[in-house]
Amino acid sequence: MTLMQNAITAAPLLSVQGLTKRYGARIGCMGVGFDLYPGEVLGIVGESGSGKSTLLSCLAGHQRPDEGRILFDGADVLAFSEAERRRLLRGDWAYVHQNPRDGLRMGVSAGGNVGERLMAVGARNYAAIRETATDWLGRVEIAADRIDDRPSAFSGGMQQRLQIARNLVTGPRLVFMDEPTGGLDVSVQARLLDLLGGLVRDLGLSVVIVTHDLAVVRLLADRLMVMKSGRVVECGLTDQVLDDPQHAYTQLLVSSVLQV
Amino acid sequence: MIEIRNLSKSFTLHNQGGVAIPVMAGAHLRVAGGECVGLVGRSGAGKSTLMRMVYGNYLAGGGSIRIGEIDVVTAEPRQILALRRAVLGHVSQFLRVVPRVPTLEVVAEPLLRLGVPPEAARTRAADLLARLNIPERLWRLSPTTFSGGEQQRVNIARGFAHDYPALLLDEPTASLDAQNREVVLRLIEEAKARGAAILGIFHDEGARDRVCDRLVDVTGFTPGMAA
Repeated sequence: MTLMQNAITAAPLLSVQGLTKRYGARIGCMGVGFDLYPGEVLGIVGESGSGKSTLLSCLAGHQRPDEGRILFDGADVLAFSEAERRRLLRGDWAYVHQNPRDGLRMGVSAGGNVGERLMAVGARNYAAIRETATDWLGRVEIAADRIDDRPSAFSGGMQQRLQIARNLVTGPRLVFMDEPTGGLDVSVQARLLDLLGGLVRDLGLSVVIVTHDLAVVRLLADRLMVMKSGRVVECGLTDQVLDDPQHAYTQLLVSSVLQV
Repeated sequence: MIEIRNLSKSFTLHNQGGVAIPVMAGAHLRVAGGECVGLVGRSGAGKSTLMRMVYGNYLAGGGSIRIGEIDVVTAEPRQILALRRAVLGHVSQFLRVVPRVPTLEVVAEPLLRLGVPPEAARTRAADLLARLNIPERLWRLSPTTFSGGEQQRVNIARGFAHDYPALLLDEPTASLDAQNREVVLRLIEEAKARGAAILGIFHDEGARDRVCDRLVDVTGFTPGMAA
């Protein structure tokens, strides 16, 4: 029972309260709140325009929300200085873009892409950096002899795996992912899901993953938040929300999908 | 170990005129440690619905489902997740896994999630797969391409990998040949012997007679269907 008690008494890693972002009169997201605990994967689903991407960019510090609070490990992130914020984005937080080109430096070698993030947090020893980079390329199943190749020579799936290595090399505790399997072939998606699932489990990562793919959240997310018109309409255990949806919109969303 | 009181459930179909369908009312049952209780009642009477509510997969309308110290009906999602990891196992009829993950890893995964060292987890997984007659040459492959019977056995191996104090079994012997059926019945008997509380659905009457200590007819919990 100790495991049960640990799970229940742990403090949230990320606590979000009343997050609101407006674009003039239009609502980006409205009054969003949730707690994310260490090792937990939270999926956010909804159609395009539902506010899920706005929410993610506010959470990850790419946009400033109009109202609300974001507490990371108890600290008020929105009150951080620019220097503190940058340190957070380079160290404890990571962000995996849908398009690997937005998260990679295309003119720099694969090893350089991974090493660069290590150097940003203070690593200076070239041999150690290269060794860590090689190790991480192996963990995302990129052969060591591709370390000096540029990402432009990689397939889409490899680029996405490289982006994941670049993000995880600094040992972040919280990872934001925006449609990480979007735009990939189904077989490549499966490989990426397998990889992400293993990394989340082995490293104890907390993840916020935005996607429109219910099959992806079914396999990766512990909990699910369903958004519509900028608001959260339903949240709960992933399999419960998908198998016994309560809100009219979630019922429509689930029944519109072929076999999840 | 498992105690259900006054449990109710209805489905509201918002996109079909908001019709509400009551499917369960006044359900109650108790499963003690070391005991196996079988759910019976004709198809559609709510056996699977009840099992899904116990697992937290369906939301209950009212009542309580106590498993150890947790009430599944009112628990937070993360409490249910912790319960599923450590206390409450589930062998469903269908295997749902991340494609491409080798069978050995699929079976070891519940133990890895509990923090069991990888070597010990894989040894336990290998023992179970061997007992369930899954040929070793298949262990490195994903079970997604296996036959129905093989997938069912992988699912059982996964469900028995950790010694859960409480277990839900949904037709564990369906689509198994006599030899493998015998292995599964022994696994259930061993789980009972170590004190697990088991709630199950068994259409296989021989299996039911052998492992179940009591039967509960869910027809009595189905609104408008009381016998």
